[in-house]
Amino acid sequence: MENLLQYIEEKLKAKFGDAIISAEQSYDFPVYVIKREKLFEIIQYLKEDPEMGFEFLTTLCGLHFPDNKGQELGMMYQLHNMPKNWRIRLKTFFPIADPEVQTLTPLFSSANWQERQEFDFFGIIFKGHPDLKRILNMDEMNYHPMRKEYPLEDGTRTDKNDSMFGR
Amino acid sequence: MSEVKDIKEKNTKSPHPLGEGGYSTLNLGPTHPATHGIFQNILKMDGEIIMHAEPMAGYIHRAFEKIAEHKPYYQITTLTDRLNYCSSPINNMGWHMTMEKLIGCEVPKRAQYLRVIIMELSRIADHLVCNSVIGVDSGAMTVFLYVFQTREHIYEIFEEICGARLTTNIGRIGGMERDFNDTTWKKIKAVVEELPRILEEFEKLLVRNRIFMDRAIGCGPISAERALNYGFTGPNLRATGVDYDVRVMNPYSSYQDFKFIVPVGQNGDVYDRFMVREQEMWESLSIIKQAIATIPDGPFHAHVPEFYLPPKEEVYNNMEALIYHFKIVMGENEVPKGEVYHAVEGGNGELGFYLVSDGGRCAYRLHFRRPCFIYYQAYPEIIKGGFLSDAILTMSAMNVIAGELDA
Repeated sequence: MENLLQYIEEKLKAKFGDAIISAEQSYDFPVYVIKREKLFEIIQYLKEDPEMGFEFLTTLCGLHFPDNKGQELGMMYQLHNMPKNWRIRLKTFFPIADPEVQTLTPLFSSANWQERQEFDFFGIIFKGHPDLKRILNMDEMNYHPMRKEYPLEDGTRTDKNDSMFGR
Repeated sequence: MSEVKDIKEKNTKSPHPLGEGGYSTLNLGPTHPATHGIFQNILKMDGEIIMHAEPMAGYIHRAFEKIAEHKPYYQITTLTDRLNYCSSPINNMGWHMTMEKLIGCEVPKRAQYLRVIIMELSRIADHLVCNSVIGVDSGAMTVFLYVFQTREHIYEIFEEICGARLTTNIGRIGGMERDFNDTTWKKIKAVVEELPRILEEFEKLLVRNRIFMDRAIGCGPISAERALNYGFTGPNLRATGVDYDVRVMNPYSSYQDFKFIVPVGQNGDVYDRFMVREQEMWESLSIIKQAIATIPDGPFHAHVPEFYLPPKEEVYNNMEALIYHFKIVMGENEVPKGEVYHAVEGGNGELGFYLVSDGGRCAYRLHFRRPCFIYYQAYPEIIKGGFLSDAILTMSAMNVIAGELDA
């Protein structure tokens, strides 16, 4: 569709009003930034409305922008309407002190492990998730390693000096 | 039999499905020879019947997403090798195309065709392994040994192109690192010639084999609706009857130039998955033949000196090339800001790369959409109520690759 960005923006704005913060085209994807309070309702509408029909959750992932004060953490969702081949991306941001979003597991079974993965790596709490625990890292880990404040390597090591290489 | 049914009914009604109800716990994995990788499944068994399964992931987790945030862009290719290591060239190309989308680089037609040839060869290698392993797990070792010779020949082609076999690191951002030489073409043509014979032999051994059919038909089925809800892609989704293929839906690398059909199954069981992969190998072969017949002449890489490593003789004799070489190796080149998603049809389904760039030296955030990780969640639901031996067969038919599962 030519104007997928506008078409869906109008539909969403008509239904959810100011829960849609912004809409823009990023390469081949329409990207909508939405408020986290309405996340579940919006995605439910996109999935279940016959005109929208985004019945496939392609992927989701966490984001961390430490410089955006009050909006540090974020979630990205990509939905796909397979028969019409529409793809859209939804993003929502929230403060790191209150890292809670609604789970999508009632809508998509595929969200289960993916949300566990983002909980594991970013510490994002998915409200209503049936089994929110770590998945790839060990259970004893006490931090969320994909957050930007954690360095790639163990900072306590003294046997490596890479300063010559700008690291 | 009715006794088993009674127990099954009683147990599924129990308020404590774990622990109570007389189940025995079976620890399948992590290093069980039939799981082909490091997977653990804690099964609650009622005799031979699986009542509950809890898969564990993460045994070979290597923090690729974190590492990718600390590496210059061209070094991330080596990480993608290690996702689905049965078809690493597809992963490499997927990553190159993601970067090309970000920097807005148009790859010459010849390079696109070369990429298609490599990707389809590795798809054949991937499916050969998966399908022959289905044979092994259902008790037919012979097929596995037969087809591994062809896989070896395909790996020799990769070796000729890039010097490596398994973790290939083929291609560069902007094209290929070199054009195929005569030996490569000879080897490709040899594989194209021998493959129909091998596939026919392979099919003769399994496809209408009564024992294999009895074993595989109706084993580990999933409906199309559940499969879509579980985020299935690739052959596993097509086996349920949904004709979703990234190569057709969102063509990349000139796939729109080739004629091929997207095979679909009906029941989504082990036999359908097997047959879909089998037919896909024929389609891949046809794509390779078309690509060889119609490959245009021209350069094998785009003119993007900021990203494409210059040839060594130029680095030694040309100031500009030396500067670019240095900048690329040290990761000093400028990358546009933005976020981009690109998906390719990997051996197991839609392999996606979601890249956020802040214009810096490394990716700000890189997320891999790993098809295995997403569809392996459905495993407990598929094997529940079935026999243990069916669970083993289902796992190999789903082609769960540990590297892709754990990233």
